[in-house]
Amino acid sequence: MRQGRWLKVYSLTYLVFIYAPVLLLPIFAFNDSAIVAFPLTGFTTKWFEELWSATVMHEALWNSLYVGIATAVLSTVFGTCAARASTRFDFRGKKAAMGFIMLPLVLPEIIVAVALVVVLVQMGISLSLFAVVLGHVLICTPFSIAILSSAFNNLDLSLEEASLDLGETPFSTFFRVTLPLVAPGIVSSLLISFTISLDEFIIAFFLTGTDPTLPVYIWSQLRFTAKLPGVVSLGSLLLLASLILLLAAEYFRRRANKKAGTEGDGTGGFL
Amino acid sequence: MSSTPSAGTIIDIERVEKRFGQVAALKKGIDARIREGEFFSLLGPSGCGKTTLLRMIAGLDDPTVGEIRIDGKPMNGVPANHRPTNMVFQSYAIFPHLNVFENVSYGLRKQRLVKAEVERRVAEALAMVSLSGYEKRASHAMSGGQRQRIALARALVLRPRVLLLDEPLSALDKQLREQMQIELRHLQREVGITFVLVTHDQSEALTMSDRIAVMFEGNIAQLDSPEMLYRRPISKRVASFIGVMNFFPASVTGESAKGVEAEIAGLGPMTVPKQQVPKDVTGREVTAGVRPEMMTLLFDETETAEREVMAEIDDVVYYGDMSYYSLRLPGCEELTTVSMRNTAGRPILKEGGSVRVGWGQESVVLLS
Repeated sequence: MRQGRWLKVYSLTYLVFIYAPVLLLPIFAFNDSAIVAFPLTGFTTKWFEELWSATVMHEALWNSLYVGIATAVLSTVFGTCAARASTRFDFRGKKAAMGFIMLPLVLPEIIVAVALVVVLVQMGISLSLFAVVLGHVLICTPFSIAILSSAFNNLDLSLEEASLDLGETPFSTFFRVTLPLVAPGIVSSLLISFTISLDEFIIAFFLTGTDPTLPVYIWSQLRFTAKLPGVVSLGSLLLLASLILLLAAEYFRRRANKKAGTEGDGTGGFL
Repeated sequence: MSSTPSAGTIIDIERVEKRFGQVAALKKGIDARIREGEFFSLLGPSGCGKTTLLRMIAGLDDPTVGEIRIDGKPMNGVPANHRPTNMVFQSYAIFPHLNVFENVSYGLRKQRLVKAEVERRVAEALAMVSLSGYEKRASHAMSGGQRQRIALARALVLRPRVLLLDEPLSALDKQLREQMQIELRHLQREVGITFVLVTHDQSEALTMSDRIAVMFEGNIAQLDSPEMLYRRPISKRVASFIGVMNFFPASVTGESAKGVEAEIAGLGPMTVPKQQVPKDVTGREVTAGVRPEMMTLLFDETETAEREVMAEIDDVVYYGDMSYYSLRLPGCEELTTVSMRNTAGRPILKEGGSVRVGWGQESVVLLS
């Protein structure tokens, strides 16, 4: 019994340590004072109003959306191809190929970022949002593959065979059977990679050139103390958006599992 | 093997072999002819290659060697979607994202029928499997037995030349399975389509089929009608796979116009009629086989048999309608099983006693 109580205390402390700083963001976002510190001085929404008129921030937001959407689409397309290949076919060097695709998941991002800068500059590709998209696809594709592999694994192979047997071509089978059944996985992959891209800082910072993405913009604002409450309120909005996206992704992933007839929580879930 | 299709043959399987990488699923070339309109079963233990053969007929796999012809047309390289066959999968493979109507009409889209005709054919197919009125139901809300019927309707609606069934009843409980066996048999007679069934359940194969191919380790061991398979199995292995059979060591002593003379342990010298000796039984040392119901217990003096012997009763198992006696025959190490129907007035003997056992020439088969 005693042991159980200590474990509870430990878990609680652990959770507070992780989430308290994050939960402080929305609190200070509504605080009246220009100094981000306790005690709170009063309620205000002026920081959010300020955001509304910050045009540089809006540009950064658009940049981030552009990068995020492009990354989500590309990494999901690549992820779909790789996941289908790895779950349906056996070929030489499959394990090695999959291993190398998944590697960026554990590679330090700063190393990836520096390497990309060197290579892109050598190749004559200027640092730009496009370069950021390339970097983000590299780190998002493993996540897409993990989600989509689970979707494809849950798909009963005989469903595709039944479609062929009933007279459909392999091409229309993909659109009438495979795609509808893995669609929730695809949506989930789009949302996860978009979220990752939206939050990513290091690669964006190295590759972005003159157009900042939102995290890069936030970092640049941190140098001015006066701008801090604005950054905090922007941070809370981002937090909210990420949370909604992740929950939506998880919802679609579970629906994918359910649709494919497997109730159990498959692998590839992040929540 | 001539390559001209004989009359009434719908599927011609010729010297077919299949290898998956290094693993041979079907080793020696398989030859078989499936007749138009028959209920044909591929029966064998798991891993004997029966499903592989079925998948090659469906076009989901291609033979490594040999050829399969349907209606005389070579099918090698013809994909599943261009073959006149449809399949009921073991898992049923009902599309979970489509409702019952969409599942059954799935294959009709290619035929470019008007909407009313599609609806008419789906209704007809659902009526055939007693699922009328279920069109709008979500397929994942249907029970195992119902899913199986949907799979049947989905295949039959396309009016295939051949319907392939891969262990269609194995996922159902015993009662439903027995009911479906009868229904499937009726359905097959009704539609007149050739059915090819894969099963590991010998009673399923016996009750439904016109002919059965018994397969072991990638070979067809015997291809015959259920009755012939049961009464005249050609090998010990086939005999013990289908039903129960007592085996006795035997040695061939001679051959006469009447049949083969053999000295059988426990049964003594006998003449086994020619039709009860398969062609490939050669050499001196063979095995004699007798089904439990082909021997009888002689309860009193008035009952007689062509041949008889005194035996000790080792064990009695009572099944209600039947009793199974384990008997020790003189000169025979193994126990012999004899089944008796418990008709009115017939006693049930106790273990430890002895009883006269009778049989005739027709009871015995020789096996390789």
